[in-house]
Amino acid sequence: MVAIVDYGVGNLFSLRSSFAAIGESAEVTSDIAVLDAADRIVLPGVGAFADAAERLRRSGLWDEVIRQAQSGKPLLGICLGMQLLFTQSFEFGKYAGLDLIPGDVRPISERIRPGLKIPHMGWNSLELRGGSPIFKDTPGGECVYFVHSYFADTPEEYITAVTDYGGELTAAVQRENVYGCQFHPEKSGSVGLAILKAFCEI
Amino acid sequence: MLTKRIIPCLDVRDGRVVKGVNFQGLGDVASPVELARFYSGCGADELVFYDITASYENRSLFTDILRETASQVFIPLTVGGGINTVADFDRVLKSGADKVSVNSGAIRNPSLVDEAARRYGSQCVVLSADIKRVDGIFHVFAKGGREDTGMEAVGWIRECVSRGAGEVVVNSIDTDGVKHGFDLEMLEAVCDAVQVPVIASGGAGCIEDFLTLFESVPGVDAGLAASVFHFGQVSIADLKTAMTERGIPARKVQDSFSAETQSR
Repeated sequence: MVAIVDYGVGNLFSLRSSFAAIGESAEVTSDIAVLDAADRIVLPGVGAFADAAERLRRSGLWDEVIRQAQSGKPLLGICLGMQLLFTQSFEFGKYAGLDLIPGDVRPISERIRPGLKIPHMGWNSLELRGGSPIFKDTPGGECVYFVHSYFADTPEEYITAVTDYGGELTAAVQRENVYGCQFHPEKSGSVGLAILKAFCEI
Repeated sequence: MLTKRIIPCLDVRDGRVVKGVNFQGLGDVASPVELARFYSGCGADELVFYDITASYENRSLFTDILRETASQVFIPLTVGGGINTVADFDRVLKSGADKVSVNSGAIRNPSLVDEAARRYGSQCVVLSADIKRVDGIFHVFAKGGREDTGMEAVGWIRECVSRGAGEVVVNSIDTDGVKHGFDLEMLEAVCDAVQVPVIASGGAGCIEDFLTLFESVPGVDAGLAASVFHFGQVSIADLKTAMTERGIPARKVQDSFSAETQSR
């Protein structure tokens, strides 16, 4: 069973539906017992970093997500959920993240050619790095759906996919059992479903 | 490279697709769920559901359909029509919409854009504007294009973006339904004024019109149309192929459900 962490952020309807579509049972939960029982955990998120971090703390799940990750259970952060995995974010200030993967979350304007629209919104192609198991059925070059204004600035060793938007942006990351996608696999058609399926088969 | 998006728009009344839809190989062409699955399989990059249900009681039919679609179709879904309050945003977002487009609701109460952007984020607030030239000036029209608000359109769009709209749909009343191509002049004016994604609507009649759109106005991010897709005058798979051939970045159709069998 996949536990989708419910801390009052974002629309979990599509995420839950996409696991159903690949035949995986998924539960949207804020219950620690359910997180304990789950085989793997998804940390979703949309909106601003500081607000999401605050909600995760207030829900009492901040330390719990860290504990679950440290237990070796596969954890997948999606979009802002991925950004929360890093050391800190510089979105409207400086805020601490879960620090499960070393790195900073910084404005994409620092990385991309001036004049491009922000947010980076729409379908862009994946260039794979290394061989993350979540991409085992994704040869590379496929388009996935992005909506973000910040990116993860992290050492090369953790980057498993990048995308080109007038500059190279981190698209996916991995550190041992902790995975992250900047894009939305639940909104990326059959390519996204294959990535979620691969995560369920780790 | 970020691809240019192709977006079919479905008008839904009382839970059924209206406006002629003419496909072979679809059991029920008026089923929004089936049509959404079909378009998703053909390579549509996003879908717009426009709720034209007249009566309040039948609104729940729309959200039922939306929920059913969102549980089967995994591309972004935008909902428009009858969005007047934050409660309307809430209703459709909880039923599986990813973005919500406001038009007359924002004209009546511009702070709706601020409130919705604050609560749900700019990425889910789409401003849709129906625009027509009046004495050479772009005017915003309300109530489905029937009523001239007297407001200058580019200024209105700029205001809504500063209030928090994260995307703009520019629907040219002058070219809508004429099928002689998009309103390039109007789109250019809007693209010059705002830094958020701009979706072109109104005027598409053939594949070439989309190619001209993306080549002439590079600032445009997406092309939206309804009847040319529904009647099979433009096949999305063929359009994507033509875009790629002309060097316009397009998402490849990769779904197994991509065999398009539109009547011509």
